Amino acid sequence: MRAMVYRGPYKVRVEEKAPPVVEHPNDAIVRVTMAAICGSDLHLYHGMMPDTRVGMTFGHEFIGVVEEVGPAVRNLVPGDRVMMPFNIFCGTCWFCARGLYANCHNVNPNATAVGGIYGYSHTCGGYDGGQAEYVRVPFADVGPTVIPEWMDDEDAVLLTDALATGYFGAQLGDIVEGDVVVVFGAGPVGLFAAKSAWLMGAGRVVVVDHLEYRLAKARTFAHAETVNFTECDDIVVHMKKITDHLGADVAIDAVGAEADGNFTQHVTAAKLKLQGGSPVALNWAIDSVRKGGTISVMGAYGPMFSAVKFGDAMNKGLTLRMNQCHVKRQWPRLFEHIRNGYLKPSDIVTHRIPLEHIAEGYHMFSAKLDGCIKPLIVPNAV
Amino acid sequence: MTYTSDKPALPESADQLRARIPGWGADLDPKDRPSVPKLQWQEDRTGAHWDFPDRQPEKWPRERSIEHKFLTPVFGTSCPPKGASGMIRRLAYRKFSEGRAAHWLLLLAADRVDAWESHLSSFLTARPDNPVTETGVLSEFSRHGISSRVGQKRSDVKHQVLDPVIVAGPWVLAVAVAVTAVRKLLRRS
Ligand SMILES: NC(=O)c1ccc[n+]([C@@H]2O[C@H](COP(=O)([O-])OP(=O)(O)OC[C@H]3O[C@@H](n4cnc5c(N)ncnc54)[C@H](O)[C@@H]3O)[C@@H](O)[C@H]2O)c1
Ligand SMILES: [Zn+2]
Ligand SMILES: [Zn+2]
Repeated sequence: MRAMVYRGPYKVRVEEKAPPVVEHPNDAIVRVTMAAICGSDLHLYHGMMPDTRVGMTFGHEFIGVVEEVGPAVRNLVPGDRVMMPFNIFCGTCWFCARGLYANCHNVNPNATAVGGIYGYSHTCGGYDGGQAEYVRVPFADVGPTVIPEWMDDEDAVLLTDALATGYFGAQLGDIVEGDVVVVFGAGPVGLFAAKSAWLMGAGRVVVVDHLEYRLAKARTFAHAETVNFTECDDIVVHMKKITDHLGADVAIDAVGAEADGNFTQHVTAAKLKLQGGSPVALNWAIDSVRKGGTISVMGAYGPMFSAVKFGDAMNKGLTLRMNQCHVKRQWPRLFEHIRNGYLKPSDIVTHRIPLEHIAEGYHMFSAKLDGCIKPLIVPNAV
Repeated sequence: MTYTSDKPALPESADQLRARIPGWGADLDPKDRPSVPKLQWQEDRTGAHWDFPDRQPEKWPRERSIEHKFLTPVFGTSCPPKGASGMIRRLAYRKFSEGRAAHWLLLLAADRVDAWESHLSSFLTARPDNPVTETGVLSEFSRHGISSRVGQKRSDVKHQVLDPVIVAGPWVLAVAVAVTAVRKLLRRS
């Protein structure tokens, strides 16, 4: 089969690979019909995530059609059109039983600090991902869901990660009616978080980024006020000024390990790998939010330490909430919101790229060229 | 005003927001938010029909965190460890818990070694690594590399110039070393 393959930092290509096989009685093999590149893939692509092996296939946002099922699979049959949460999870460990699917203890031998994720390095379990023609889907009775008839493929693929994560991020903000919510990052996760903040009753939503074209999307798609941080002398002072010097009630970090805005932080993290991630946006969140406020961290950071301003967070009495998203737990409610017309995830899709052009896709998304917000990958595109 | 007990006024009322933003307030009640509270017993086990899953066969000694009691019943089988990078990886897993910086630093070092092992061995195959096609750098032309950056207030442009150095630097260095070595050999003979 054709599959995206990692060749080392900044290098990927499409290779002919042996198709996946059933390795466990509850596995399914899924033929991928659509995948996406996520901001998280960029952390792998830039070589930031420990134990990212040459030869691995990335991709944790994908939908497809069931091709084959293992002998113990009861809930799916070949031919089902399915969407997979980016989490691989067992359904019955201590964590899954309580709804913490992202923290499953039965799927990742390599680390206890993180669950299982498709195509996301060995630190997340060593599974090949969905930027390929076929993919192995473990625990086929637990993760995948048959895509409702009425749902578009592009909405379904965004439900497998970006939309669910933005929605989850807004929930971790514990928003109450009238809260001022600031979202750092106007990528897919930030746009969906901003949009979701309104559903929870936010009184004001401010999105911060440095990419003008993404801020424009935040204004139209997410109905938000925007701030370009390169236009502020000091973004923290700016946030204080626009909130009558109180600070925002809630801040959401939708940037993560490669945050810009401070050259030293970015280079030590993203280029030199001396810290787990560049905590620029996280530190801005800590300093912009009001005392007693809440920070929701959706941005991903590596397992190493990062230079976070913990003292300020402590002295301000902040609540810091964070996790990988428990994707499947978000679905029933998100399906309703999409049906009601409150959310139209595919509005943020900017590019549809054939699998064969994956290297160009990664470069464009990574370097933020051509107004790229969300690139989809289509195997077998003509 | 912040220096008194009043909450700063909002520019729009709830009614105005409801009129302007589709779905405003649909999840106002925390009970409608799927991840509130954090821990929620899942009566249906999300479709699972086991207490502890069947074990996937272990086809080679699978490296695992020493913080785990045993090999998890299900695991990924992409890219088994091999070569020098594989030895470093195995060491990182065997010796150091996730709590130790050495664990992660060894794994990062192994990643760099793996890339070099793979680049070099690719030259013995029908499909050697090609930094031009694999970096996708040609999309700079097809995807407006210049106009996407120039005249924008982007803060990432100043470190993006480091990317070619990171990618091409080691290659240039390797070629330089090889050329010098060959020259020395030729001079000696
Ligand atoms: N928690 C989860 O389950 C989960 C799921 C998906 C993605 N993520 C993480 O969320 C983050 C965002 O993902 P994405 O797909 O939107 O990525 P993206 O790269 O498209 O978006 C990141 C955005 O942040 C902006 N940015 C950079 N520095 C900034 C700063 N200091 N302040 C404000 N904005 C800044 C960038 O310009 C970019 O627009 C990533 O770290 C990703 O790994 C987490
Ligand atoms: Zn993702
Ligand atoms: Zn589990």
